[in-house]
Amino acid sequence: MDYFIELLCSGLTRGAIYALIALGYTMVYGIIGLINFAHGEIYMIGAFTAYIVATVLTIYGFPLLAIVVLAGLAAVVWSSAYGYTVERIAYKPLRHAPRLSPLISAIGMSIFLQNYVLLAQTPDFLPFPTLIPDFPFMEPIAHIIGSTDLVILLTTTIIMIALTVLIKGTKIGKAMRATAQDRTMAMLLGIDVNKIISATFIIGSALAAVGGLLIASHIGQINFSIGFLAGIKAFTAAVLGGIGSIPGAVLGALVLGLTESFATGYVSSDYEDVFAFSLLVIILIFKPSGLLGKAETKKV
Amino acid sequence: MSPLKHTLRGLLLSLWFAALTFPIMVIKVNPVEGTVTWRWQNALFVAGGVFFIYLLVQLALRHKAASKKAGASDDTGEQESFIHRILQDQKQKYLLGGILLAVAVAFPTFSSSYQTTVMTTALMYVVLGLGLNIVVGMAGLLDLGYVAFYAVGAYSYALLNHHFGLGFWAVLPIGGGLAALFGILLGFPVLRLRGDYLAIVTLGFGEIIRLILENWGEFSKGPSGISNIARPGLFGIELSLDSAIIYSYYLMVLFVIATIFIVNRLQDSRLGRAWIALREDEIACQAMGIDKRKTKLVAFSLGAFWAGIIGVVFAAKTTFINPASFTFLESAIILAIVVLGGMGSIVGVILAALILILLPEYLRELSQYRMLAFGAILVAMMVFRPQGLIASIRRTYKFEKPAPAGKPR
Repeated sequence: MDYFIELLCSGLTRGAIYALIALGYTMVYGIIGLINFAHGEIYMIGAFTAYIVATVLTIYGFPLLAIVVLAGLAAVVWSSAYGYTVERIAYKPLRHAPRLSPLISAIGMSIFLQNYVLLAQTPDFLPFPTLIPDFPFMEPIAHIIGSTDLVILLTTTIIMIALTVLIKGTKIGKAMRATAQDRTMAMLLGIDVNKIISATFIIGSALAAVGGLLIASHIGQINFSIGFLAGIKAFTAAVLGGIGSIPGAVLGALVLGLTESFATGYVSSDYEDVFAFSLLVIILIFKPSGLLGKAETKKV
Repeated sequence: MSPLKHTLRGLLLSLWFAALTFPIMVIKVNPVEGTVTWRWQNALFVAGGVFFIYLLVQLALRHKAASKKAGASDDTGEQESFIHRILQDQKQKYLLGGILLAVAVAFPTFSSSYQTTVMTTALMYVVLGLGLNIVVGMAGLLDLGYVAFYAVGAYSYALLNHHFGLGFWAVLPIGGGLAALFGILLGFPVLRLRGDYLAIVTLGFGEIIRLILENWGEFSKGPSGISNIARPGLFGIELSLDSAIIYSYYLMVLFVIATIFIVNRLQDSRLGRAWIALREDEIACQAMGIDKRKTKLVAFSLGAFWAGIIGVVFAAKTTFINPASFTFLESAIILAIVVLGGMGSIVGVILAALILILLPEYLRELSQYRMLAFGAILVAMMVFRPQGLIASIRRTYKFEKPAPAGKPR
């Protein structure tokens, strides 16, 4: 039973991280109908920025709390800046191009960013500093759920609530929903659509950066190529839940995390990624609109 | 905008990018020794580079605007219309083809065996590019897992050769057929999907194939791969290494010619036109009575067939394969070839394959920047020149000049 609960917890943790990245995909898709292939790279850059800042501050002897706050802040700021810049360079000029053009451009961006980090930093795996200490009050159940998992779950929950409030309750959230529903109409109503799209990219990137920071301190090492796999899996999660739907992304991410965790725990750990990809293929074949998504009918 | 404003904007952009790339370009930490290296010169490089690129882009835009104002018929470059003119004139087309063929045939006589090997690789990518061009360029189905079919071909030769001692020529059709079968197997369920979903599923499929090859040790020998694969045979004659290299080069030349011939014929066939119609507008195409599913499946399996054939050639040429040769990046390179060449354009794809494969070989010291450049090229092509290096020529109906009045026709 302990093993089951352990797998459950690790599945939830995984799911929470996937959810943070999946939200970026789903928000961008909802608003401009583009699979932002470079989103995984934004997440990777967030993790790298956090790594660099945290290591520098550790070397200069800052206290742990300051390191965590500053590294997290830097990751969020720089990731958002990257997300914004990528949108301006690679997607904005292609707003009215055929569907495949921005997708190919996104793939190019993803390859570019990966190799940029590879060349500017290193191709090796880097040890990520421990940012989350083992809390003493977690001692009795430490073999089932670690302190890092707890922090990840808590942070993710708080962020989800904040995001829901932002989307449902604020003016910018309203503008976002309007733009997602009908861009032309939103424009006619005086919404600066370009600004809203930029804001979507910035929010999505910031979430991805938090995800990057959390997972890097969870796994303990990073590399220039972590974005690819995480990106694909988060995308799977977004599709699973119904792309374009925010609660769907969270649900899909949790389902994916649990599936992976139980499959590796009870079946085989060699095929961890195969499970995720197979899940993606199966969903797209049988229910392309996802768990919470609406089927899209194309009118001529 | 005035030049002063341009300069100011350029400077601001440089500043933005310098700040953006600051943590990753400038700081390098060594957590083991606890040292931090500040590489300030990199920030300067970035800022300077961005400023330079900005000026170039502005210049290009101004040039484009000027030529539009001057009333040029279209904004395509002079060189392109030159190539198009040659292609449209039958005589010149055959002349050019003849010259290229003569150079290709004579190539091994005036170059080292290393250069011949490199050229063989480039020719392999020409065929791969043309194969993917059927799927992406003509039929408009973005396939990001193309390398999976390539892997199927390579592994079918490697395994059949290893276990049953089957020869190259025997496996060539089997490898192609197996890849085509995989194409159909994948195609059947997923072709209902819309463009971008299809891209992701094919990507997932490519990764699944690679992961299975990596993890299913009893079947594929896992990450260590299969070595000592037989080279292609020539009527049972034992070939020395040098002549084997030249032999595989000529084989590839033959394959390229055959592929160009077939793809060219396909393009003008009923099927080829159905593909192009499908790419342009699915609904209108269905309304014209084209079986969408069948047409897409044929495109998929034909593209896969070519990848499978080249996979067999690849295994035979290198005599060693492992799953590391079949990563997503390989698919991305082939896609870059198609996009750079111009989707649907045969000449463009050939040219792009030669450029993208040969250039990094001859600029060895720059080869680590190869993937960086690929990424940048994909983005830049989409933004500035979506039609590719040499755009495919659309068949146009030209009205004849009306006959002069009074003359009987």
